[in-house]
Amino acid sequence: MAQLDSLAIKDHLRDEQVFNSRLIVATAFSALFILLVISRLIYLQIINQQHYTTLSENNRVSIKPIQPIRGLIYDRNGVLLAENIPSFTLTLVPEHIKDIPELIKKLQKIITITPADIRRFKKRLKRKRRFEGVTLRYRLNEDEVARLSVKQFTLPGVEIRAELSRHYPLGELTAHALGYVSSISEKELQKVDASNYSGTSQIGKIGIEKKYESLLHGKIGLQKVETNASGRILRVLDRELPVPGKNLYLNIDIRLHAIAAKAFEGKTGSLVAIDPNNGSVLALTSFPSFDPNLFVNGIDTESYSRLKKSPDQPLFNRSIQGRYPPGSTIKPFVGLAGLELDIVKSKDDIDCSGYYLLKNDERRYRDWKKKGHAETDLTKAIVESCDVYFYDLALNLGIDSMYSYLSQFGFGKKTGIDLYGESAGLLPSREWKKRTRRLPWFPGETLITGIGQGFMLTTPLQLASATATLAVNGRHQRPQMIYAVEDPKIKILNLKPPKSLANVQILEQRNWDTIHQSMKDVVHSLHGTARSINRNLKYKIAGKTGTAQVQGIKQDEEYDEEKVPKKLRDHALFIAYAPADTPEIALALIVENGGHGGSVAAPIARKVIDAYLNTGTER
Amino acid sequence: MILDQEQSLSTSNTFIRKKWSYRLHVDIPLFIALLILLTLGLFILYSATGQNMAVVYRQLTHIIIGIVLMLAIAQLRPQTIQFWSPWLFIVGVILLIIVLIVGDVGKGAQRWLDLGFFRFQPSEILKLALPMMLAWYISEFSLPPTAKRILTAVFMLAVPTLLVAKQPDLGTALLIASAGFFVLVLAGLSWKSIIGVATAIVASTPLIWNYVLHDYQRSRILTLLNPGNDPLGSGYHIIQSTIAIGSGGIYGKGWLNGTQSHLDFLPERSTDFIFAVFSEEFGFLGSLLLLILYLYIIGRSLVIASQAQDTFSRLLAGSLTLTFFVYIFVNIGMVSGILPVVGVPLPLISYGGTSIVTLMMAFGILMSIQTHRRLIGN
Repeated sequence: MAQLDSLAIKDHLRDEQVFNSRLIVATAFSALFILLVISRLIYLQIINQQHYTTLSENNRVSIKPIQPIRGLIYDRNGVLLAENIPSFTLTLVPEHIKDIPELIKKLQKIITITPADIRRFKKRLKRKRRFEGVTLRYRLNEDEVARLSVKQFTLPGVEIRAELSRHYPLGELTAHALGYVSSISEKELQKVDASNYSGTSQIGKIGIEKKYESLLHGKIGLQKVETNASGRILRVLDRELPVPGKNLYLNIDIRLHAIAAKAFEGKTGSLVAIDPNNGSVLALTSFPSFDPNLFVNGIDTESYSRLKKSPDQPLFNRSIQGRYPPGSTIKPFVGLAGLELDIVKSKDDIDCSGYYLLKNDERRYRDWKKKGHAETDLTKAIVESCDVYFYDLALNLGIDSMYSYLSQFGFGKKTGIDLYGESAGLLPSREWKKRTRRLPWFPGETLITGIGQGFMLTTPLQLASATATLAVNGRHQRPQMIYAVEDPKIKILNLKPPKSLANVQILEQRNWDTIHQSMKDVVHSLHGTARSINRNLKYKIAGKTGTAQVQGIKQDEEYDEEKVPKKLRDHALFIAYAPADTPEIALALIVENGGHGGSVAAPIARKVIDAYLNTGTER
Repeated sequence: MILDQEQSLSTSNTFIRKKWSYRLHVDIPLFIALLILLTLGLFILYSATGQNMAVVYRQLTHIIIGIVLMLAIAQLRPQTIQFWSPWLFIVGVILLIIVLIVGDVGKGAQRWLDLGFFRFQPSEILKLALPMMLAWYISEFSLPPTAKRILTAVFMLAVPTLLVAKQPDLGTALLIASAGFFVLVLAGLSWKSIIGVATAIVASTPLIWNYVLHDYQRSRILTLLNPGNDPLGSGYHIIQSTIAIGSGGIYGKGWLNGTQSHLDFLPERSTDFIFAVFSEEFGFLGSLLLLILYLYIIGRSLVIASQAQDTFSRLLAGSLTLTFFVYIFVNIGMVSGILPVVGVPLPLISYGGTSIVTLMMAFGILMSIQTHRRLIGN
């Protein structure tokens, strides 16, 4: 110590007193502060423990959805129509990537990435957490997966992910019957149980996929996971497995679709086939079709506008939404009404001279055969499709009776098939005309309704259903797409029973027999309009041809197919059931602007029926 | 009164009980308590780092360096320490100025000085150098110091404090300032002056708020007042640490079982917020035991201070002890949400070499003071 002088004047005792008194004060203060800390701990850990425990539990445990596997769809023979296949997506995980634009440039050298892909990616990037993957490309093909896999080690943060995606292996063949799934929309989310769909990105948009959405979807599974503060899953605490969706077996026989598709190549139209005994829909087609797989992961605008703008309207489901005049295919039904009401019996045969005249009407109601059918009874009128006979019969029946009988076959009403978007067609009546047109019913309108023209419109499905009902003597069955529902776990089929509707009120069996015989003669007699398809038939087909006018023909005009633009040419129709005595299949088909039913439509029906009855032609 | 060491050894009756430990200049109660605390700290760190042994080994290295330095300093006589005090202070302040000019920037603050072979924070030196300097300066004359001396001392205190605050390192500046302030209080700074200083601080609050504090410091204080205000922003630290502590309950979730801390909810969990990890896993009872361990060390240090034989030793020991207490109070207060977030580690437990080494050196000084005493004739 250098300062000896200062030491000399220091009062050590006093120093110690000052120091010690201050030390006591400081200790007292310290004790106070320690008490403060302890009371804070008491407050947090004893008084509010429950509160903070709850907060801590919520903090770390979160519920993550597990998507259930969508049910598969089969046809009646077990052919797979809709499946779930792994689809590869290119996903970027931002937290592992230094420079995203640079990486995208690098990736573009390996695979195609469109500006639209990048826009969508950037939009999603903003909403996701940094460790969550954001998809840049969907549906990588095998070649792209291979090229990426080779370079993947040089691309940190790039992941190729496999997820289950809906796939329709038969594509166009099933598009209109099955419909498709696609990205779920905000609006649809409001209609379903949103929590059940929290793990699902796709939903049935139309067709079977939409109708049986609730069966196909299944029940969501949940996993309780422990997450860290940024939401990354660390481990799974608890898991409630999802319940997979039910598998569906349809009544559809996809072979018939294939045959119809081949026969309709280059044509537009629709064919619907039904098992008349139970209403099972064996075929429900509309041509041209489209590839439903395009829609599954979001269709690009170019493909969509091409489909949308096509004059052939491939997206339009003609089978249930197309409204066509039934033309002469309505005649057996009108004839049946005439028989039942004893009008045919009391009425003389008609001498058909090629046209029909109505009192106080200058208009000539022409027959399709210019020189007429000469002496004609009901059978001949059906077999040769005499219009004049049916003008007369319709006039005698009156529109009210015709309405009453035709509506029993389901015309003018939705059939109630298990699909959305069905059209009711149109069966005109006095009441309907008054309501919609504010005009009285004119006798001339009764006449043309009798040959399936005028106001009357039917869908191919309605026509097929009516034909099926006719085939089994009026035992009206509701058309049904679904055959059975299968629980994928226990593999037990739960059959969906057909539903009977009110029978058609025809008391005399021989009236049915007359019509059946006439329709058989359409195919099998010498003058039948569909006689061209009876070659080498091992069974009997009962049918009726139809040719529906698209454009009205003026009084002094001739219809010349060659001169009319294709869009305005007649539709070719054909209805049939077979075998005629023990019907197993009934069908209706229309070839738009195809010309004559007998020459264009009937041969298609023959092929489909052959296939279904598994006979084939004799060679 | 200054007796020769050789002579004192031979005439044992004139000396304080000269145990073997005192010959080695180790205060056994303090040493054992420190070892227990440091060991406990390693276990907590093991849990807080998600069972990362590498970090634990690094911390163990820090501890060993700290113990070696503590024992080395304990060998020095208090007079030697007193002699070097002004020089250490001057070197420290110069280094602080250098660091402001050329220092490394880490986490947005300029605190580090890179000497090539190792990096250190000159501000740590001041934690010891400032109380040493003030104790040296005040103890020149009898207590209480005169007003002129006090003013000079306040100036000595202000220079390093402001330099460190400028880095900015509010936590260290606070610790340095309190170390200096405690010297003055223990030296008998009149209550009037203390109240005056307190009033001056309160009065200058608006000025400090607007001109001294950085934005992040302001937001930390606002956050303390209302943590729910910005739960994912600046309030996040406090909300998560109070949840961790609160959910620990009375008995805790058990070692390695703290969910808050292990799931990354808790930020800075191996450094400043390690108390929350401890408190979540060992509960209220564990926290109480930890506080008791700390209080025992403080109590033992206060005994050393009160038994010290000269004013310099007393003031220095008292100041270092009270600063140690401030460390604990500020850290736990901040983690449990009663003080704003300032970067003060939990002493001897938080991960970090500089903090541990500096603290162990402080305890080395205390041991030197305790073990170099000799009997004063009554």
